[in-house]
Amino acid sequence: MDYTFKSSTKQLTLGLIGIGVLALVYAVLTHIPGQRIWANLLVNSYYFVGIGLMGTLWMAIQYASEAGWSSGFKRVPEAVSQYLLVGGPILLVVLFAGSHSLGLHHLYHWMDPELMNPESSHYDSIISGKSAYLNEPFFYLRSVLYIVIWVLFTIYFRKSSLKEEIEGGVAIHKKNYGYAAAFLVFYGVTSSTSSWDWIMSIDTHWFSTLFGWYNFSTFFVTGITMFALITIDLKRKGYMEHINQEHIQDLGKFMFGASVFWGYLWFSQFMLIWYANIPEEVTYFQDRWKNYSFVWGALPILNLVLPMLILMDKAAKRNFSIMTMAGVIIVGGHWLDVFQMIMPGTVKADWGIGVLEIGLFLGFLGLFLFVVHNALSKAPLVAKNHPYLDEAKHHHV
Amino acid sequence: MSTKEIHGLFADEEVLKASAKALVKKGVHIKDVFSPFPIHGIDPIIGVPPTRLHIAGFIYGLVGMSLALFMFWFTLIMDWPMNIGGKPNFSLLENLPAFIPVTFEMTVFCAAHGMAVTYFIRNTIYPGKKNWNPDLRTTDDKFLIQIDLGENSVSVEEIEAILKETGAEEITQK
Repeated sequence: MDYTFKSSTKQLTLGLIGIGVLALVYAVLTHIPGQRIWANLLVNSYYFVGIGLMGTLWMAIQYASEAGWSSGFKRVPEAVSQYLLVGGPILLVVLFAGSHSLGLHHLYHWMDPELMNPESSHYDSIISGKSAYLNEPFFYLRSVLYIVIWVLFTIYFRKSSLKEEIEGGVAIHKKNYGYAAAFLVFYGVTSSTSSWDWIMSIDTHWFSTLFGWYNFSTFFVTGITMFALITIDLKRKGYMEHINQEHIQDLGKFMFGASVFWGYLWFSQFMLIWYANIPEEVTYFQDRWKNYSFVWGALPILNLVLPMLILMDKAAKRNFSIMTMAGVIIVGGHWLDVFQMIMPGTVKADWGIGVLEIGLFLGFLGLFLFVVHNALSKAPLVAKNHPYLDEAKHHHV
Repeated sequence: MSTKEIHGLFADEEVLKASAKALVKKGVHIKDVFSPFPIHGIDPIIGVPPTRLHIAGFIYGLVGMSLALFMFWFTLIMDWPMNIGGKPNFSLLENLPAFIPVTFEMTVFCAAHGMAVTYFIRNTIYPGKKNWNPDLRTTDDKFLIQIDLGENSVSVEEIEAILKETGAEEITQK
């Protein structure tokens, strides 16, 4: 059965986008500092691009590993990936607004040329030493390349999937294998470097070799949670009768496992820095502990302890209501995770979670859901010519 | 000697599954199924209750975690306060990050060993145990349904007829 994007759903998502725009207008009118507004735009554009990219990554993993069980709901990650086409340009706009010539915000402190000038009183020898990598032309070249190539792969996977729907056969499936492997290699490198560029460079003096993986795990768990939430929502609306508790339980296992994986990386990054107590490293956590202790302290509870305890039991992973509850906790918890990656380095103690933050999150969520539902309605929900569809229909845990 | 058990031997696990379903439908109680590998989805058919091993595992994990934390508290905080990387001593909570890796390992250690030992005890497996496999071919490429007549009110002839009808290669009485 094909999915119809009902006008009530459309109004809901457009309403959410409206809330986002209103929150932005409200922030400008009430003279909330521009830095905080732009930092929030970066949080949300980065967060949702990360989720969208997980759609592409998920498809690539399924193609490269020749997975069968997931083919029954493959339209869901496919639809999620379509957000990249909208969210990618938005993220680029936010990044370009911070360039030294435009100067609309100063999220990237290192873009100030005075820091690189030995004659200047602002000269910073540490940042200057990183200028071979952290310089504006190279930064923007990398940013554009990441997004363009991710988007090209996304478009390819979507197109080939729709072509398979019409033509059938296994030729397209075999071709996808190679493209998926190529994407996985490209993603493996760029998932790390993009998080260094866009997020880690905000705290320019500080660095962590685990940062790329830590960001990857955040999006891995959030992306899969999104697939589960959207699939459960579609089931509630009466679509996807071939998807049953077996598939949802497997998605729940992924949510459980990826949450523990996130906890492992989060703790590894923190523990080594805490233990070694080297001034250049430990400042990162001191900022968070001093001004963001509530948010920072909530992270391991929201993103590790609660998902682990809620999703541990088999019956819980097969219960749609419990899965939805765990999913909402994970999506919110990882938004907070991205929030505390960006805020301390950009607005210091001058932060809050108010109308602007919540409104902008809802606005981006509305945009994301609009794109996803729109993409879902454009193709049959059952990929009838997927070679492994039969396996998915008989999936048994 | 009167007949006590009926064994139905199969060449394919899917055929066995269909046969088991037919038997259960007729009210036959199946004592056990023997197979060279785990047959997916056979448990609910022959009425094996879901395992509670994972619940035991969770409890063993909690025990391991408590044991490790108690060990740290006693040896490094209470009995002989240790200076851990210049962090405040006399406090388990403030030094907790340093203790987490070993606590994690103790949790896994106790959960894994506890579950393995529980599994052996529940299945009465020990070194030197004689196998109770009724037909050694089930360790190679055959599948077997074992029916204990003492537990069944259905007649021998009827059971044999069902087994034969559903594709058993060999039917033996013991």
